[in-house]
Amino acid sequence: MSDDTSLNLFQQQEANRRRTVLLVIGFVAFFAWLGFGGDYIYYLSTRDAPSTAYHHVFPWFGIALTVIALLTAWYAYATGPEKVLWSTGARAVVDPTDPQEKQLVNVVEEMAIAAGVPRPRIWIVDDPDPNAFATGTDPLHAHIAVTRGLLDLCNRDELQAVVGHELGHVKNLDVRLMTMLAALVGAVALMHDGATRVLRGGTNLGGGSGGGSRGGGKKGGAGPLLAILLVVWILSWILAPIITQILALAVSRKREYLADAMSAQFTRNPLALAGALQKIEGAVAPTTAIKRGAAHLCITDPLGRRLTAREGLFADALATHPPMAKRIAILRGMGYAQLKKEGGSVA
Amino acid sequence: MGPIIFLVVLVAVLAWLIGAYNGLISLKNQTLNAFKQIDVQLKRRHDLIPNLVNAVKGAMEFERSTLEAVIQARNQAVKVNATGPEGIKQISQAENALSSALQRLMVVVEQYPQLKATGNIGQLQEELTSTENKVAFARQLYNDTATQYNTGQQQFPTNLVAGLAKAQRADLWELEDQADKAVPQVDLSMKPKA
Repeated sequence: MSDDTSLNLFQQQEANRRRTVLLVIGFVAFFAWLGFGGDYIYYLSTRDAPSTAYHHVFPWFGIALTVIALLTAWYAYATGPEKVLWSTGARAVVDPTDPQEKQLVNVVEEMAIAAGVPRPRIWIVDDPDPNAFATGTDPLHAHIAVTRGLLDLCNRDELQAVVGHELGHVKNLDVRLMTMLAALVGAVALMHDGATRVLRGGTNLGGGSGGGSRGGGKKGGAGPLLAILLVVWILSWILAPIITQILALAVSRKREYLADAMSAQFTRNPLALAGALQKIEGAVAPTTAIKRGAAHLCITDPLGRRLTAREGLFADALATHPPMAKRIAILRGMGYAQLKKEGGSVA
Repeated sequence: MGPIIFLVVLVAVLAWLIGAYNGLISLKNQTLNAFKQIDVQLKRRHDLIPNLVNAVKGAMEFERSTLEAVIQARNQAVKVNATGPEGIKQISQAENALSSALQRLMVVVEQYPQLKATGNIGQLQEELTSTENKVAFARQLYNDTATQYNTGQQQFPTNLVAGLAKAQRADLWELEDQADKAVPQVDLSMKPKA
């Protein structure tokens, strides 16, 4: 078992490193396209203008947007975990006095030993709905947050299993990819809102000039090319937030199964996680403290969307989490296999 | 053409050698590190036990023998000054004895509700559970890592570089049968009315 999972672990770490790099490259390339594409369209539309009018030759937009994207990516990497924690209103558990919090600290310490990673920083979200999430950039800079509701609902073993699941995300570097994604999704949404105003001005300008060049009829190729470019470019602006949302959803589902398996490997008690998931699912109330941007980081979908209950093409494309029933069934299977091996009876 | 093929093969073999060698060295160090973790956790446990015994001593006059067994096992475990994976047999023997003595104490504490009701016993119980878990998880990590290391040095073709990397079989931390089998005995006739 340990050999298999460790192989998976290295593959998963490698895949996560690669995907994070791809994500950043994609993010920067997308903004470069928006910028340089805009420059090119502007260039085409001012090319035939009289020599006294403005000619757009130097790609200012492209350079500016690329620099902004690079800075944003760097900023997201540097402060992503803090921003995620801040957005959920979590508070750090530093010197616990409350027995419940003391137990949480103990449980996290135990799981860190089992996982062979340094103890992450521990946070509590004061929300009555049970949920948990992990964030950070690597095992040395990791954070685990649980809601007050989880502490109230789960017994020690179940809490341990949930923390094990989150440490699984930390150990296989899921947290890096997911936190980066959360930060970039937020950045795109923000920039989109801000840039929509600029875009409106640009559309009027582009449309007017495009018509003008067709009217001139001198350069037959420039008209259609300009029109197509313009359409694609505008579509890119409009679709940007949707694309990043779908990316955030698609990237998070499969890894939940792996994190469940890692929790079982750390605790050697898959039935505890099955129990915890069952309890968490029973509490249907959405976790109000956790907003859409951080949903894919959580152990269960904090928005309480119905999609999580089903599997299929539609749900596969839109749900952040795999169906709970399937996760529980897989964990039960592990638990019974373990009992059988130890010669115990299946209860 | 001949020399080129020869060179390519040579480079490939060298690359593999380096990779396999480094892989074994990395596993070896991970194994040592995992063992250190057990040491750290055991030391924590040794430091905790006197506090625990003091806390329950007054309330558990009637369970003197259980407490004494814990203290004795603890002192025995502290005395073992073997270190590193070589001394694993000695260490694990003493520690397993301590584990079972502690387990008996925990069961006894469970049996006395009014003992549990006092706040600081509850806290101590949590501390003890956590300490025992930490020792167990450190052991589990060590055994997993050591198994990986052992498998690595025995499997073909990595075993060809095992000598070069001075790889040696790491002993696993066995749970001793005796300690494992010893079911805690609780004298129920001593149980005061709750």
